[in-house]
Amino acid sequence: MTAVLCRHFGLKHIEIAEDMASDTFLKASEHWALHGVPENPTAWLYTVAKNKTKDYFKNISAFETKIRNPINLEETQDEQHFEYSPEIIADSQLAMIFAVCNPANSNQSQICLALQILCGFSVEELANAFLSKPETIKKRLQRARTNLRNDNFQIKKLTGIDIKSRVDVVLKTLYLLFNEGYFSKTNHKQVRIELCSEATRLAVLLTENPLTNTAQVNALLALMCFQSSRLAARTNDRNEAVLFEEQDRNLWDQSLIQRGNYYLINATNADEISKYHLEAGISYWHTTSTDKKKWRNILKLYNQLILIEYSPVTALNRTFAFAKVYGNRKAVVEAEKLKLTDNHYYHALLGYLYSETEIPKAIENFETALKLTKSKTEKQTLKKKIKRLIE
Amino acid sequence: MKEFALIFRLKDMADFKPSPEQMQERMNWLAGIAAQNQLVDKGNTLLPVPGSAKTVKPDNVVTDGPYTEIKEFISGYIVIKADTIDKAVAIAKENPIFKIGGNIEVREVLKRD
Repeated sequence: MTAVLCRHFGLKHIEIAEDMASDTFLKASEHWALHGVPENPTAWLYTVAKNKTKDYFKNISAFETKIRNPINLEETQDEQHFEYSPEIIADSQLAMIFAVCNPANSNQSQICLALQILCGFSVEELANAFLSKPETIKKRLQRARTNLRNDNFQIKKLTGIDIKSRVDVVLKTLYLLFNEGYFSKTNHKQVRIELCSEATRLAVLLTENPLTNTAQVNALLALMCFQSSRLAARTNDRNEAVLFEEQDRNLWDQSLIQRGNYYLINATNADEISKYHLEAGISYWHTTSTDKKKWRNILKLYNQLILIEYSPVTALNRTFAFAKVYGNRKAVVEAEKLKLTDNHYYHALLGYLYSETEIPKAIENFETALKLTKSKTEKQTLKKKIKRLIE
Repeated sequence: MKEFALIFRLKDMADFKPSPEQMQERMNWLAGIAAQNQLVDKGNTLLPVPGSAKTVKPDNVVTDGPYTEIKEFISGYIVIKADTIDKAVAIAKENPIFKIGGNIEVREVLKRD
């Protein structure tokens, strides 16, 4: 709703739009409590919002136009054309995604802002998801909003040029948003699932508009579907992490895997191969269990991925795939070249690779990893591994 | 860190087209450098085959390929970064090219500001 309202007020006046949206919901809760939920709650909400907007514009013309500059008319739409059709809602949300994903803000701020404006997260929920204090989140959001206003990105019907210039940033934000959920620091399962599904929802929105339905978007969405299919299997009843190899495959969501396949096929329409294609490909191979070529293919994809973009995580995952193809002994040599000595995954990987051959070295590495990690679930996993080696 | 170009040379045209296994080995080597964050430019493979290679000389003389006159030909290059030339050489040594009689020239890149 905020997105639709912003279309009318312009992004500079996002606060007005937000106030109006929350007023509308407040009125709804009062009214519905007394009279019951109307037949079409969405239409009801938007009618109220529409009337509020009309009132607002009336007030504006009565007072402010004569005294102050009115809201810049170029950025706003005429109230006469005020409409809430499903297309307009989708369009506005799409435009809002592009407005929020602004490179003027840091990655973290973009994610926070996206969650707040596009997904309706409260400051408390954000603080919970990022394990920070509400004040920190509040400050971060305020700064991000100031940057948005100063940047003056106009929220209106998206054009091909807007999309081209921003689509990379948009995809990166959605990718990070998804990862924030998938690899979240918080132990709260529900929060994680919510972050992942919001990221997926926004990506689906991008595929529904012909302008943004690119091969890269489809690849990213395929990746999200494959990863999400394992969400239920990744933690047990006690909220502990379950390693990939120990997951109950019956818990994998087959319908999501099929969605993933569908989007991955859509993603191959263009010649370009983005990092999302490669990551989706890797994730696809993980959904197959017995194929002999599996790890060989995964290693090939990691080889390509690391050439596109270096990251310590990719380097470590590539080494794991290398071990699966060429054995742990050869992989140890590859792993030690990486020299990521302050990275706990690096030591956890070395620990794993040494586990068969040199137990003292394996324990030593697991213990270093234990010292370096801050994640509770990982500490538990590492302790279990050390215990198993000592016995 | 300094930058070094690694220039690959082969002796036999037959070796230019690698088998899938050789290709996988090469990719593993290249990705291994990237995994250490020491790859500056993944470079290019240079086609030595007729129709794709010519040498232009003074007096408007153009000959086919490099392969008619010299015994070995350049098959490609990459650029890596390393603290010293010895470290760059150590990386080069692990390339599978030596199995088929090729060689690698390691040259520091002169950086002009």
